[in-house]
Amino acid sequence: MSSFIRKSITRRTALKGFGAAAGLVAGPGFVRYSQAQSSEPIRIGFQAHRTGIGASYGRWYERTTNAAVKAINAAGGINGRQVEIIVEDDGTDPGRGAEVVGKFANQHKVDVAFGTLFSHVVIGSAPAAGENKLPYYVVSEGHHVASTKLNRYVFQPGITDVKSQIQAMAPWIASNAGKKVTQIFPDFAFGYDHRDYLPPALKAQGADVIAQIAIPPTESSFTKYFPQIPADTDVIYHVMVGPAVLTFVKELGEFYGSNRPQLFGFIDSLEAVDVNSPGLEFLEGSHFWEGSPRYAQPDDSDAQKAYRAAVGIDDNGASVDDPKDISTAAHMFGCWETLYVIKKAMEDSGYQGRDDAAKLVEATEALTEFAEGPEHPQGPKIFNGKIHQCFGIQNISKLEGGRLNVVHKTSIEDGMYEPEGDYTTQPL
Amino acid sequence: MAFGPHLLLATLEGLVTSAVLALMALGLSLVFGVMRVVNVAHGEFFMLGAVLAWAVTATLGGNPAIGFLAALVISPLIVGAVALLAEQLVLKRLNYNPEATIVATIGLLYIIQQLALTFYGPDARPVAAPFNYRISLPWFGYSGYKLSIIGASAILLIATWFVLTRTRIGLVMRATQYDSETAQAFGIPVERVYAGVFALGAMLAAVAAVLIVPISQAHYLMGLDPLLLSFIVVIIGGLGSLRGTVVAALLIGVSDGVISVFFSPTLAKIIATLVVAMVLVFRPQGLFGTARR
Repeated sequence: MSSFIRKSITRRTALKGFGAAAGLVAGPGFVRYSQAQSSEPIRIGFQAHRTGIGASYGRWYERTTNAAVKAINAAGGINGRQVEIIVEDDGTDPGRGAEVVGKFANQHKVDVAFGTLFSHVVIGSAPAAGENKLPYYVVSEGHHVASTKLNRYVFQPGITDVKSQIQAMAPWIASNAGKKVTQIFPDFAFGYDHRDYLPPALKAQGADVIAQIAIPPTESSFTKYFPQIPADTDVIYHVMVGPAVLTFVKELGEFYGSNRPQLFGFIDSLEAVDVNSPGLEFLEGSHFWEGSPRYAQPDDSDAQKAYRAAVGIDDNGASVDDPKDISTAAHMFGCWETLYVIKKAMEDSGYQGRDDAAKLVEATEALTEFAEGPEHPQGPKIFNGKIHQCFGIQNISKLEGGRLNVVHKTSIEDGMYEPEGDYTTQPL
Repeated sequence: MAFGPHLLLATLEGLVTSAVLALMALGLSLVFGVMRVVNVAHGEFFMLGAVLAWAVTATLGGNPAIGFLAALVISPLIVGAVALLAEQLVLKRLNYNPEATIVATIGLLYIIQQLALTFYGPDARPVAAPFNYRISLPWFGYSGYKLSIIGASAILLIATWFVLTRTRIGLVMRATQYDSETAQAFGIPVERVYAGVFALGAMLAAVAAVLIVPISQAHYLMGLDPLLLSFIVVIIGGLGSLRGTVVAALLIGVSDGVISVFFSPTLAKIIATLVVAMVLVFRPQGLFGTARR
């Protein structure tokens, strides 16, 4: 049991040991540190948005996580140990998020924390993970992890970040949708990633962002913002989150009717919302980014089909138990993939308990790519250990006949950018 | 967009806000005027109204118009019953003590909110509008349903005014508001009036919620913002004054609409709060309130 090690070795001596071990892990021919195997379960703290504005995502993140853990445990667990998920609700609130991470580290004594989506919660919680030296694997798609502004204990190995997504899709937007773009985004960290990275990415393709409209994430009425959209806009680029997304899209439809500019949206604006809801007819023919397609596609891999069945979503991306319960398919695959990354890193490092946290961090940083397959059903990925971020393919889908069909897939290389820093130089 | 159409859109948005706000604030104002109870849980009655509207329409299914009309009747009745129960179980036992009831209604706020979270869940769920008609103006389109909210609210406000000033029930309420002890001495069952007024206040909030829910969806945290705005309206208009409430709701709603369209929604909130501060300093009884005797 992990507390046996903790009692006999102080953290300081343990860290010195890890420093030495670090060199070994990085070097080839590393011999796995052998130790009596524990039968205690691996405990993963799941920071879930059960309530607050992220609740719809939280529910599906939880279902995906449970499905992945079931599959991992059925296949023998991690290092021969079963995996146990401990869920804490963060209320989609940064302050509460930091408390939850502290609680995971000190009260639940979990091995790793995992699963956070909303970027302001990630940013609020990351310092707590660093202070407690608790490896923290987020599924957020914000650029904050890859910006290397957080700390060495925070990873995003299961979902791509906004900067990469935008860079990969900008050429398609500029050549297919239009050259004059108006952006509508939520007024917090995630929205600022879109605000900051879209203009340069479009500029490089000869297109321009002509207006940027920030909307508070708790806003419930949107018509009053629409007059700010310039009349010569070719494309409205929208990415909204929170409980009012349906209202946003409906009011946009009422405002423009059939005579609308092109629409390019992040599926976030409609995640967990039925695209066939009344009032959304005007979206027909518009395009969306999807991390992983909501609707089953003709070329779905066997891994993708198995993943959808395991999580319990039908061909329309709704719950198999309730066709009105629409999933957050474009994001939640990240939970599944991240858990398999944690598994891989724990196996590579011969992870035994909390005192191996530094080894686990280094083993995660040593990962370079994830092959497409049952563990990574969304597609192949490249992982950059210096910035703790993975890179993958993006889907652009067209809403036609009441379903989203993938019309373009980017390559991994389309979304690659120069690292902005290096976490591995930070002390552990 | 040119200035004219821009202003038109701002005014329309403001009027819709005003219409809902006036109904909700009127409930708050009535309860305070007659009972001297500051009902902090008023926003939760609003939320409950919206959640029940979703429940009714989801249960009935079928034509959205029928579901909506049913919700417009059933939801306020249930909310009124809940309020009546709360009044009998809590407020009455505290002898309507002003300080104790504030604390008690804060408790009520949390209880209702957590019950909604437990049984309804954390999702925002849509209620289909009774009709989908888009009014095409040359410059922009506007939801016909939103405009109908303004009409519905006006009718309900007139009905409330009629009840308060032209019926025996209204007379009894006004007598209780004027001087509850004397009213009791004249044989008015003051406690029953209190119970009725508290239920009526909650029902007005519920009606406002049913009207708004097709455009903003039901969510368990939706009560907070309208509660704050209602307090602002009631403070500016004068507690217990129907006319003051309507005028203040128009003032706050339309200025909120215009300022948020031309400048920013945050500035609108800042200005509304500033107006409240000014009113409290220079005319503490509100624009149309009469000084407490």
